[in-house]
Amino acid sequence: MNAYDDAYDAHDDAYAAPDTGRLSYAYAVGRATPELEIALGPATGMDGAPLRTVAAHGLAAVVCDVPEAAYGERALRARLEDLGELEELARAHHSVVESLARGATVLPLRLATVYLDDVRVAAMLRDAGPELAALLGRLEGRVEWGVKVYADPSAAASPSAGTTRPDTPDAPAPEAPAESPGRAYLRQRRAQRTARDEAHRTAQEAVRRALAAAAEYAEDRVTHRPQQGELATGSGQNLANEAFLVARDRSEEFRAAVEEADRGLPGVRIEVTGPWAPYSFATPVRDPAPVREDAVREPADAAGGREEDSRAR
Amino acid sequence: MTEPVPRRTGGPSPARGMAPYGQGGGSSANLADILERVLDKGVVIAGDIQINLLDIELLTIKLRLLVASVDKAKEMGIDWWEHDPSLSSRAPRRPERGVGAGDGGHSPSLAEENERLRAEIEELRAARQPEIEREAAEPHAEGGDGR
Repeated sequence: MNAYDDAYDAHDDAYAAPDTGRLSYAYAVGRATPELEIALGPATGMDGAPLRTVAAHGLAAVVCDVPEAAYGERALRARLEDLGELEELARAHHSVVESLARGATVLPLRLATVYLDDVRVAAMLRDAGPELAALLGRLEGRVEWGVKVYADPSAAASPSAGTTRPDTPDAPAPEAPAESPGRAYLRQRRAQRTARDEAHRTAQEAVRRALAAAAEYAEDRVTHRPQQGELATGSGQNLANEAFLVARDRSEEFRAAVEEADRGLPGVRIEVTGPWAPYSFATPVRDPAPVREDAVREPADAAGGREEDSRAR
Repeated sequence: MTEPVPRRTGGPSPARGMAPYGQGGGSSANLADILERVLDKGVVIAGDIQINLLDIELLTIKLRLLVASVDKAKEMGIDWWEHDPSLSSRAPRRPERGVGAGDGGHSPSLAEENERLRAEIEELRAARQPEIEREAAEPHAEGGDGR
């Protein structure tokens, strides 16, 4: 493996000139293996720049050249503040990470991790090497799956949730036409509120079931914020947004189990996304006892139990 | 005519948001899903170009104003995740410190940070004003969250 390092260290020198107007944008770190090289494949980096690896101490960072004019401190800051440009950067970053993750275990770096040159990238690998290697070991052969649970009160408010009644001409009309407008209004409001409460209760049940199902297969879990702004494209109210770390070869079981969780629950939608590179789990384990413990040991219904507690408060 | 009520059998629906590898999840994945990962997750390690962590955190907070209107959820009585220790352990987020060297600095005082955040939010509001007006003029705008 040192031969590998040396080869790349020698290679690095060509890129190490400090004031070329070029910077090194780093996407991810993996082990310096042939798999990683292969995973680079035809993927290109920012603005179509070719990708390359910078290796040190058995690790390799995947980087590409970027122009300082666009990725220097000031320029980059300005671009990150612009949602359009941010989207472009984020998608470009993600697409490289994703194509790497398809062929090798990699740690995605946070968006906009930029170095003056490859020598500096190698220095980072040396400094952070042990921790990065530990993380890689933990994530080897694992992928991230996203699970979002949505409540859609309008769907649950349908008169007979679960069954469709296309035409029931002879069903008695529930509202008496003689009712005063005020009463009708109040009743309608109450019905709406009830439907909404019911939808949220049902959705919480779906969340409990989804978490329990996921716990059977997942080794770790990270909670993301529910998505509720204009970028949230899912219909309905996003109540839970979770990421799970799952062994790659248990992915199908995981997905099937989680998708079952909304069975028979009207007005609830479960969205499973992935597999993702393990973004949500590529954070240093500061604690000697990782979060993983309770995810693994947690009996299927423990998540539900905790939730009960919190709602009772 | 009323729209037919969507059938809810609980079975798998074709509209599930799956983006398996190879199907170009990278290009088609939902932007919010990508942003919450590339901005908020991933290894935080000091780069040479000092888009420092605090700035990224601020940016993320701004994004949250766009991405997650938590207040709206609370208004609707949905806040259980805030009380669930297993769900909220990361909620009062601290910037994760870099694994590597370089990011030695501790956060400035809370008051200072608050000041900065307020300023940033004001800025963002101001910046969004024309957009909000434009949206209000558009028929499809659903608005309604009081921004």
